[in-house]
Amino acid sequence: MTDQRITKDTADANMADYAATRAAFSWADAQARLAGLPGSHLNIAHEAIDRHVAAGHGTQIALRWIAKSGACTDYTYADLAHQTNRFANVLRARGLQPGDKVYGLLGRVPELYIAALGTLKAGCVFCPLFSAFGPEPIQARMQIGGANALITSTRLYKRKVAGIRDTVETLKEVFTIDGAASGTTELAPLMDAASDTFTTAQTDPEDPALLHFTSGTTGKPKGVVHVHQAVVAHDTTGRLALDLRPGDIYWCTADPGWVTGTSYGIIAPLTNRATMIVDEAEFDVSRWYDILSGESVNVWYTAPTAIRMLMKAGADAIGVRAFPDLRFMASVGEPLNPEAVIWGAETFGMPFHDNWWQTETGGIMIANYAAMDVKPGSMGKPLPGIEAGIVEVNGDDVVELTEPMAMGELALRPGWPSMMRGYLHEQARYEKCFKGGWYLSGDLAMRDADGYFWFVGRADDLIKSAGHLIGPFEVESALMEHDAVAEVGVIGLPDDTAGQIVKAYVALKPGHEPTEDLRLDLMGHARKRLGPAVAPKEIAFRQNLPKTRSSKIMRRLLKAREMGLPEGDISTLESDET
Amino acid sequence: MTDDPIYALLAEHLRRVAPEIPIDDIDRSADLRDEFDIDSMDFMTLITGLGKALSLPMPEADYDQMRSFDDLLGYLRSHTA
Repeated sequence: MTDQRITKDTADANMADYAATRAAFSWADAQARLAGLPGSHLNIAHEAIDRHVAAGHGTQIALRWIAKSGACTDYTYADLAHQTNRFANVLRARGLQPGDKVYGLLGRVPELYIAALGTLKAGCVFCPLFSAFGPEPIQARMQIGGANALITSTRLYKRKVAGIRDTVETLKEVFTIDGAASGTTELAPLMDAASDTFTTAQTDPEDPALLHFTSGTTGKPKGVVHVHQAVVAHDTTGRLALDLRPGDIYWCTADPGWVTGTSYGIIAPLTNRATMIVDEAEFDVSRWYDILSGESVNVWYTAPTAIRMLMKAGADAIGVRAFPDLRFMASVGEPLNPEAVIWGAETFGMPFHDNWWQTETGGIMIANYAAMDVKPGSMGKPLPGIEAGIVEVNGDDVVELTEPMAMGELALRPGWPSMMRGYLHEQARYEKCFKGGWYLSGDLAMRDADGYFWFVGRADDLIKSAGHLIGPFEVESALMEHDAVAEVGVIGLPDDTAGQIVKAYVALKPGHEPTEDLRLDLMGHARKRLGPAVAPKEIAFRQNLPKTRSSKIMRRLLKAREMGLPEGDISTLESDET
Repeated sequence: MTDDPIYALLAEHLRRVAPEIPIDDIDRSADLRDEFDIDSMDFMTLITGLGKALSLPMPEADYDQMRSFDDLLGYLRSHTA
């Protein structure tokens, strides 16, 4: 924590006065800014695209796609309207009905954006998958969600889907965007043949729209359900927390495979009628500075891992580039360290504005704002319309801690538009998130005397690596499938760049030696099944792992020992590490 | 090819970050990160490892000369010759 404060004299912000806006705010007013559909219906895609076209903004660029080669392709709002209409028609023609689940497994290519919004127009539910997932996370997420259709590339299909396709019984149709592979349907000819007009499905505000998966500490990933009503929060938070304005050039670097890349990489910028920059390539310092400068980006939403990599490269990497159009920079994914906030202020003349939210909250809940002083290291204050508190949970009792800097669980009063409506098929797990009139986030935090919130850590064993939430159980399960493995414990270790990295401790079955070759074999095995985003970056061998009497591996103890921290209560320790 | 020490070194370092990908199976002129399924972190590990092994500064500014396997091999060869 730091006492430092970055003061603002920004009068020119969408929210010039936080306290006043908060006092006057209502979600009904926020909803009234949107067009809606006849009969109190609401559809995210209509708010994102068609209402702007109807208002005469069809020629504005909605999406500028930068291919890996550097070549740019522009899509206006009218283009997006036509393309998403075609995709919705294709879905209908292939027998997909409202409520069916359409999955996306693609890199950042225009087809992904068109498919996501076209799916919503058709009244189907869109579920994005991260293209760096391996076959196992993909399989689990398609099975749990009951995928009915998938849009992907022939390459990703062959590498990651073909081998598990038969295990997803609900899957009727696999569209490929670059030709056809055996068992897939080539999308392009269907798009060409489809009509570019479509009547957007008259969805109820409470109809499911998006399915995002997030990791749990134990068991399978959770399918988080969001409804069309969520667009009210996407639009509002885009305007107030990201300071988005019509015509802004906006770059969200998050992949749509994660919730940030959907809520703020597709929906919020479009409902706020910005021009989105989408870069197909992975992180690269020079390329990123080229885009920021060359595309005249006004609002930039990125993540701590990337910011720390930019810091590492040094300000020299900027060279002669300038960013006169840059107005607002924000960060999400994991807490942004104070040094990075300050580095932003020194390097770009404005701090990074950290904010906090989760897959379950659907949109930004706590944020630093354009016209509010920044305390580096703090996640800021709750959005207008959001009530946040620090609570202590004892059994069924939930007590709010109002003392400044008291540490407890970060909790929110339920009822905002983008709150999850359920964990798919797991009502009990969903209900466990709500207690005593609060949504419990699972994050530990503090609130200072000025009302700023400070992140402390996770209340559970979940790992945050490069902004992605990883469940240790999923990683342990994949390693357990290897012939040589007797037991595994997986933890997150602090890492300067990624926040945390995944480390696995492995005890071998008799007859296997802890050699370097075996270590690489295990690493390869995990990468093949889980993909690079989830697989451990480090594997260490142990003869035995610390376990409780009920044979549960004590991840907490592995971590304390690795980091040289106090071991805490070890009364349940039955079998110790060797 | 395998008697080429630079090739062997690159192959070894790639095996450390992506042990499951056989080098013979990849498209050597295609995007290295795609071919080896490596993320930004893995890429940094790879470049740092190679840089150390060869005592070769491999600055960020040169990354666009390391886009594919062949590019990277060529880069290493021309900077160690």
